[in-house]
Amino acid sequence: MIITTVLFYLFSAILLGSATAVITARNPVYASLFLVLAFFNAAALFILLGAEFLGLILILVYVGAVMVLFLFVVMMLDINLTRLKEGFLSYLPLGLAIAILGVLELAVVFWTSPLGHIPAPGPIPANADNTRALGVLLYTHYLYPFEIAAVILLVAIIAAIALTLRRRQGTKTQSIDAQMAVRAKDRISLVNLRGPEQ
Amino acid sequence: MMGGQPTLAAYLILGAILFSIGVVGIFLNRKNVIILLMAIELLLLAVNINLVAFSRYLGNLEGQIFVFFILTVAAAEAAIGLAILVVYFRNRRSINVEDIDELRG
Repeated sequence: MIITTVLFYLFSAILLGSATAVITARNPVYASLFLVLAFFNAAALFILLGAEFLGLILILVYVGAVMVLFLFVVMMLDINLTRLKEGFLSYLPLGLAIAILGVLELAVVFWTSPLGHIPAPGPIPANADNTRALGVLLYTHYLYPFEIAAVILLVAIIAAIALTLRRRQGTKTQSIDAQMAVRAKDRISLVNLRGPEQ
Repeated sequence: MMGGQPTLAAYLILGAILFSIGVVGIFLNRKNVIILLMAIELLLLAVNINLVAFSRYLGNLEGQIFVFFILTVAAAEAAIGLAILVVYFRNRRSINVEDIDELRG
């Protein structure tokens, strides 16, 4: 059981270190790569807590999709970094003071309240199936929220495509719609060359 | 550490520290929208760690269900935020927050 504690502190230390690196990195590419490291350690913490499904989903969805999207956008945009770094440290004292104060207050509350000292549950049984248990709960009691989540994803897909869709003027691409809508009378016009006098 | 396992307070303090790092990130990088979005991801991750820890220590799976929904909404938010960022960059050639002042009188 001591190994759980050691792993907890190891993963927590790497998680906090990489989170600090995310917000202080000079280059957005480094920031997103450190965020990937942070997500990996958070996934390890989830698995340590017996939430294997969420840990794997965190790696698949976040590292595999969201962070790749971040990296793609960072590399696609030609960003002037020097202007973005102006006044980087001017709000650091205030921000740091607020953060340290908040952490101290929360730590005092967690250590003194009985909530923080709920006895640790027993070890997870070897045949525990986290995915099955989550699925049983999700597809029965939380079915409607699950479907609403699916609709939210659909809305996000449509919104992202509609926002970034751009019709460029003056390109020589084929327009299938215009081609299919053509009638014969649009293409051929019969002209009487002899004229009406004969 | 009682019983060799980290207490619930240890996980909650970890979440609190991570949340504060995210807040400081918003203070520091208030000009760079990409890093701001990453700081928001850190805030959500801190909340998720709290929920999973509560779920384990209280023996109730519903905390993990909530993490599932938070992940869904966060993915949608990141996708739409980045799409808005790309459109904004196309129009202004910059992602500086200070350049977003067209609505200022």
